[in-house]
Amino acid sequence: MEVFLQQLINGITLGAIYGLIAIGYTMVFGIIGMVNFAHGDVFMVSAFIALIAFLILTTWLGISSIVLALLIVLIVSMLFTSLTNWVIERVAYRPLRGSFRLAPLISAIGMSILLSNFVQVTQGPRNKSIPPMISGEFVLFTKDNYPVTLSYKQLIIWVVTAVLLAAFWYLVSRTRLGRAQRACEQDRKMAALVGVNVDRTIATTFVIAAALAAVAGTMYLMYYGVVTFSDGFVPGVKAFTAAVLGGIGSLPGAVIGGLLIGLIETMWSAYFSIDYKDVAAFSILAITLIFLPQGLFGRPDVEKV
Amino acid sequence: MSALANATGDDRDAKRGVAPPGSSPAITAALRDAAITALIAFGLFLPLIGFKTDVNGDNQLILTTRWPLLFAVVAVVGIGRFAYALAIEPRIAQRRLRPVAAQSPAWRVAWGRWFVPFAVAFVVAYPAIVLATAGFRGGVKWIDNFGIQILIYVMLGWGLNIVVGLAGLLDLGYVAFYAVGAYSYALLAKTFGLSFWVLLPISGILASFWGILLGFPVLRLRGDYLAIVTLAFGEIMRLVIINWTALTNGYAGIGGIPRPTLFGIPFTAADDGFAAVFGLQFSPAYRVIFLYYVILALALLTAFVTVRLRRLPVGRAWEALREDEIACRSLGINTTNTKLTAFAMGAMFAGFAGSFFATRQGFISPESFTFLESATILSIVVLGGMGSQIGVAIAAIVMIGGTEIMRDLDFLKRIFGQTFDPTQYRMLIFGFAMVVIMVWRPRGLIATREPSVVLKERKTIAADLVKEGHG
Repeated sequence: MEVFLQQLINGITLGAIYGLIAIGYTMVFGIIGMVNFAHGDVFMVSAFIALIAFLILTTWLGISSIVLALLIVLIVSMLFTSLTNWVIERVAYRPLRGSFRLAPLISAIGMSILLSNFVQVTQGPRNKSIPPMISGEFVLFTKDNYPVTLSYKQLIIWVVTAVLLAAFWYLVSRTRLGRAQRACEQDRKMAALVGVNVDRTIATTFVIAAALAAVAGTMYLMYYGVVTFSDGFVPGVKAFTAAVLGGIGSLPGAVIGGLLIGLIETMWSAYFSIDYKDVAAFSILAITLIFLPQGLFGRPDVEKV
Repeated sequence: MSALANATGDDRDAKRGVAPPGSSPAITAALRDAAITALIAFGLFLPLIGFKTDVNGDNQLILTTRWPLLFAVVAVVGIGRFAYALAIEPRIAQRRLRPVAAQSPAWRVAWGRWFVPFAVAFVVAYPAIVLATAGFRGGVKWIDNFGIQILIYVMLGWGLNIVVGLAGLLDLGYVAFYAVGAYSYALLAKTFGLSFWVLLPISGILASFWGILLGFPVLRLRGDYLAIVTLAFGEIMRLVIINWTALTNGYAGIGGIPRPTLFGIPFTAADDGFAAVFGLQFSPAYRVIFLYYVILALALLTAFVTVRLRRLPVGRAWEALREDEIACRSLGINTTNTKLTAFAMGAMFAGFAGSFFATRQGFISPESFTFLESATILSIVVLGGMGSQIGVAIAAIVMIGGTEIMRDLDFLKRIFGQTFDPTQYRMLIFGFAMVVIMVWRPRGLIATREPSVVLKERKTIAADLVKEGHG
């Protein structure tokens, strides 16, 4: 029971990170019907930007307040990652909108290769590890000498994720921008006819997706304290799995899917085999797509002639 | 949807105003564009190029700055944008206005007719040409790194072309079948001592068996979803190979895989080796040349089988499936069988290529079968123009040959200093090329397609009329 509770806490933390990335996949898929293959690498880039911002703040500017540093790092990472994803959309995807379906996918795969190798070339192939930013934990209870703990890091991840999700939910469901987004999702041509600036709405979607990925990237860096250029692929695929599991196109689905994938992964590692934990994630992906292609919360895809 | 995209594109041109190139408003506009682009580039590259993280002696991360490099990159981007806005953009706009010639010129027709025989003659004569020009020692490298390497990818591209280009089934896990072929050959040859020529068809059959096995569950899926599920299968295959160490030896891989023989004559320095039997001086080059012709024969076999299959009912069913699955089903085509045969055929050729790969390398490990390989093969097929075999071959030469050439650019060291290592830029440029080619020609290098059945007159089909990729 204690082990289970501890894994539950770990799983939710991991799931929060996956959920934040998954929103990016699901939003982009919802609005332009494309699997943004490079999104995992955008997440990795954001972790690197956070790393660099963190080093500037602590080693050059000597900011000692870790909460302030973390807040600045988060904002810097969000800004630069958003800019990156905006440029990617502008350069690699927008010219291909309305082209045949495989073209953006290949372009995105190319972008994914480009991003990870760009980071490898500019920052070197080695693991970049930083000393733990925040240590300390709450001991919830102890039973048979096994303490169930909730570390400050995990708590921060929970809180930041919850706050940002609430803000994001407000943005999508209550603002003009969110309405434009949903309109574009339903019918792009019609939305353009009633005066929605489709190009700008899609660009904004990429910016929001990147900002959430940057939150995930910063949290990832804070939680694990290490990042490398190839860190984008596997979290990317898992987050995509989360998006599919929750029903692609559905925002609450992406978050719940992320939490489920995080939980399944930690439970699998704890109770079965840690070697095959990625196999578990990939199998869930395949099984969901085959037996439940609309996911938990998605609309079934009706085929019309 | 495309009409809308065109409309917004035209609007944008109109808004910008049609200032004649070279006039001062045009220059001002170009300067403004360049300044904005440079500013964006500055923001984009500031974190990752402006700063570098290094690990110092105490194993701590330290930051160093690279301002000169950052400003050089930003300047290049800005100047590039300026040149593009001033020189290239007006020309593209002009070309768009020019009417398209209705009749293709005579040289084009002749080119189309003679290209394939010439290309085949060239690749057959390639080892002789290289050995004659680059000498015996230098030539081997060109045959091995370029000839064989490119031909493996040409073969894989043609194999995947059956699945993606003809049947329209998007497969991102093709490397799984390549791995099945390689591991089948390696394990069977090492355990039972069977020869390459016996195991080549067996590994093809095993791979196609896996193709059917993986094809069954994904019959209902299409498009991107199919791509992602096949990606998952490819990754599961790799992870199983890594973790099932009792069978596959995991990360360490399998070494000492038997080399192929020419009717039982091995390519060794021994008394019964190839050189001794034919009274030649021993040289490892003979094996390389032999391997070159083996993969050439396999690749040509793939191409030949594909060309013939396209004319059979099953090939026509594949292409019908790619164009419209519902229409296909209404016409009474068994889509299940059609899809499974496509998966099986594609996987079989990957299996052949895999067993060739194993025998050529003599060593295989899971490292060779990553997702990147699948992405490379798929990108070759799509960049070449799906369904076009010549296009696939050209794309393989450009993408694989291009990245291989990066290994040999020693003259760049003289420009950028001795520490400059061109090989680390290989994949960076590979990814960049994928994006650029897609943006430049979304339908691939050769977008028109040859009809498989003709009435009286042979016409090419324009890319716009082909609906591929929805399957």
